[in-house]
Amino acid sequence: MHTRHKFSSSGGTFRGHPLLRATALVVAAGLALAVAGCSTQPASTASEQTPSTIVLVTHDSFNLSKGTLEEFTKQTGITVEVQAAGDAGELVNKLVLTKDSPLGDVVFGIDNTFASRAVEAGVLEKYSSKDLTAAEDQYLLPKGSGREELTPIDNGDVCVNVDHEWFAKKGLAEPVTLADLIKPEYKNLFVVPAANSSSPGLAFLLATIAAFGETGWEGYWKSLVGNGVKIDGGWDDAYYVDFSGPSSKGDRPLVVSYASSPPFEVPKGSNVAPTGALLDTCFRQTEYAGVIAGTKYPTAAKKLVDFLFSVPVQNDIPENMYVFPVNAKATLPEGWSTYAKIATKPYVVSPSDIDKNRQTWLTQWAAIATP
Amino acid sequence: MTLTPRARRAPGTAFWVVLGAAAPLIFLGIFFLWPVAAMVGRGVLPDGTLDLTGFGEVLARPRTLRLIGLTLGQASLAALITSVLGVPIAYVLYRLRFRGRRVLRALIVVPFVLPTVVVGVAFRTLLRAGGPLGGLGLDGTFGAIMLALVFFNVAVVTRTVGSAWESLDSRQEEAARVLGASPQRVWWTITLPRLAPSILAAASIVFLFCSTAFGVVLVLGGARFGTIETEIYLLTTQFLDLRAASVLSVTQLVVVVVALAVAGRASRGTATAQRRVAADTSARVLRRADAGAIAVTILVAVFLALPVVTLVVQSLQTPGGWSFDNYRHLAGTGSRNALAVPVWTALGNSLTTALTATLIALAVGLCASVVLSRRPRARRWRRALSGFDAVVMLPLGVSAVTVGFGFLITLNHPPFDLRSSPVLLPIAQAVVAVPLVVRTLLPVLRSIDPRMREAASVLGAGPGRVLADVDLAIVARPLLAASGFAFAVALGEFGATSFLSRPDRPTLPVVIFRLIGLPGGDNYGMALAASVVLAAVTVAIIAAVERLRVGTIGAF
Repeated sequence: MHTRHKFSSSGGTFRGHPLLRATALVVAAGLALAVAGCSTQPASTASEQTPSTIVLVTHDSFNLSKGTLEEFTKQTGITVEVQAAGDAGELVNKLVLTKDSPLGDVVFGIDNTFASRAVEAGVLEKYSSKDLTAAEDQYLLPKGSGREELTPIDNGDVCVNVDHEWFAKKGLAEPVTLADLIKPEYKNLFVVPAANSSSPGLAFLLATIAAFGETGWEGYWKSLVGNGVKIDGGWDDAYYVDFSGPSSKGDRPLVVSYASSPPFEVPKGSNVAPTGALLDTCFRQTEYAGVIAGTKYPTAAKKLVDFLFSVPVQNDIPENMYVFPVNAKATLPEGWSTYAKIATKPYVVSPSDIDKNRQTWLTQWAAIATP
Repeated sequence: MTLTPRARRAPGTAFWVVLGAAAPLIFLGIFFLWPVAAMVGRGVLPDGTLDLTGFGEVLARPRTLRLIGLTLGQASLAALITSVLGVPIAYVLYRLRFRGRRVLRALIVVPFVLPTVVVGVAFRTLLRAGGPLGGLGLDGTFGAIMLALVFFNVAVVTRTVGSAWESLDSRQEEAARVLGASPQRVWWTITLPRLAPSILAAASIVFLFCSTAFGVVLVLGGARFGTIETEIYLLTTQFLDLRAASVLSVTQLVVVVVALAVAGRASRGTATAQRRVAADTSARVLRRADAGAIAVTILVAVFLALPVVTLVVQSLQTPGGWSFDNYRHLAGTGSRNALAVPVWTALGNSLTTALTATLIALAVGLCASVVLSRRPRARRWRRALSGFDAVVMLPLGVSAVTVGFGFLITLNHPPFDLRSSPVLLPIAQAVVAVPLVVRTLLPVLRSIDPRMREAASVLGAGPGRVLADVDLAIVARPLLAASGFAFAVALGEFGATSFLSRPDRPTLPVVIFRLIGLPGGDNYGMALAASVVLAAVTVAIIAAVERLRVGTIGAF
């Protein structure tokens, strides 16, 4: 942005020949573009074996502590440039659209609901980290949907969260399962973000599809609607406006959120969690990393995938991205083992089924939930 | 090309006009038309062969028709309501003299820059069942969307109309009053026709803004109300159904062009020469007859203030009671390291980006306005000009998703290898701000009596001198208003910004969106505090810009 001063000198008042001046501005802007365009491509001039920089394309929620990625630079001499590309869906679609001129070298943030599309479009090299062990088998994708292309990095459950204090005050038993949510005693108590505009919303829809099957889920949703479920546009207004938890303003004690939300509601100095996750209502989202097809630096890219799976990064993930590491050797931060519970039997829908049916399911869902 | 009788004899004019038109056309061509065309191309030319079957199929879906209907209905209603409310406010803020009017002019822009997601949450906190305004039963209804759209856009009308109104010579009205016309008669037969071009310009901007509204529709409609925009988002980012998405993108383009044509037809003949005077000489002190306009202004001000005050109050609340903690935390990176940079750094990024965007938008917008204000005699040149006009306005009416994805697939080869370049962000913001600059300047430029330019030419001024001493002298004041507005638009822009902003240099709206999207600790409170800061900084800057005196206006 070193051209800013040139611009501002001709801001305020108009003296001299204005049209000339205006034209000069546009020309200056054009020059600035050309200069900036040249200066942002350090990689292309470096040698093929050890680039000075490689580009990690991620979803918007990617975040690590300061110094963590610098560790990779220390080990390899390569700087990591992070570029965010929207949520998991946007990320994959951008990779597919830019297949001819890839956005970067490594991708992180493709989840199990979009993995199949990325693999079928051929935007990933065949590589999964050599450091994976049998302990991480549970996170691997099916063959053809990413087993050979994607390395699991983290996972998190989307579950119904419950306001313990509200139920204790009312003297009402908390619901336990998805089926409980359509019982009359829980009428008008539940709020969910819409499945077609929110990723936890979609995860919850998939949980219900896994639970009630292709033939049963629509009936379940009709009952939910009949039982007064509130559908919100996004996670933030479901959680902050309609949910009744401590940091929320609403009056509904049941909300679709993450299994990692309750730890954040524990007041400082207390060891009682005012909210909790219903562990029999969860859908597990696993996030993966892979090497982008067409990268000029496959060796460096593979090293970065391995690095994302390595223990230092895995230990850093929970506090920064609110999800659990997949590496069995990683250690959880304090408090997580107490308040952040993991579902023992999360609901599962195969990635290829999700990709095949996403549009149909969401259209059917919209017809029932948002008529 | 022929401009005025005198200009035809001046050899340099055509060259300047073509150059003046070329600069904005090249700019918008590269950074808007090309990316959009490329995205639409992916949809209608999937394998290199033209496939238009999608149009018949997608447009025949009942869902598509309903979305188009809702989009049009919502945008026209919002344009109508904001115009009816905005004009009296423009009168009070720009024609009456009272203490604090400059501050009020700046304050009215606050809604415009507030992030939709934060305002959405603030509105819903008021409207939800059990909330302070829960009794209205508006939560999740079309009415709630409408309230929010009016909230965001009233400033567009007030500022566009106000900046044209403040320099309008009031002697015509005074003469009519002396001759016995009632105030109503003066308004309907003299003032309104003189303002009509500005009102129509403002209404068409509001229409375009609202037809591409995204966050508002989603948050306040409770996911029940889709528009063409939300559907394009869904089809492109989630389903990758580019065929259907491109059909809807083309539909958006058609809507924009038709809306502009209608506004153009309505304003044809209304754009007559007006006497203009130095801004402050036309303002006068309050009178009893102004009570109606003042009442409307106060009511709307209360309506605009309500969500903002809610926001401020909430930002001062913490689990431990009232405190400035949320503001103190802005120096940090949020609970559990939510952000890559402290919020203050993001504010700095926002300001430098918005400043760059404003300067680009002013340069491009000024060139375009001067060219558009010419009235060539030849029919083909008039046609060319109205086509140019549409191109300048299109960015307001086309989906940010289409433009953003278009950037990715076009700006990826030298000399435009800009996908990851930091210059793309101010450029994208400028593309959105240019139409506002043009719509603020154009009505004023068009109302310049051509005889003034002719007189200048006769007295020996070259075309450049005429432009400087007539056009630009008169437009200087509205140009300041436009720059403040462009700055606010750039500062608050989210659609393209969220798409292009780099993780290591996030802007304030992007940071706010991230804070409100992450559960935990101080993040929600910080998002509110950061929004208040964004609003306060905007008000301060716009008020400062408005204070700048432009001396040239009295020179003729």
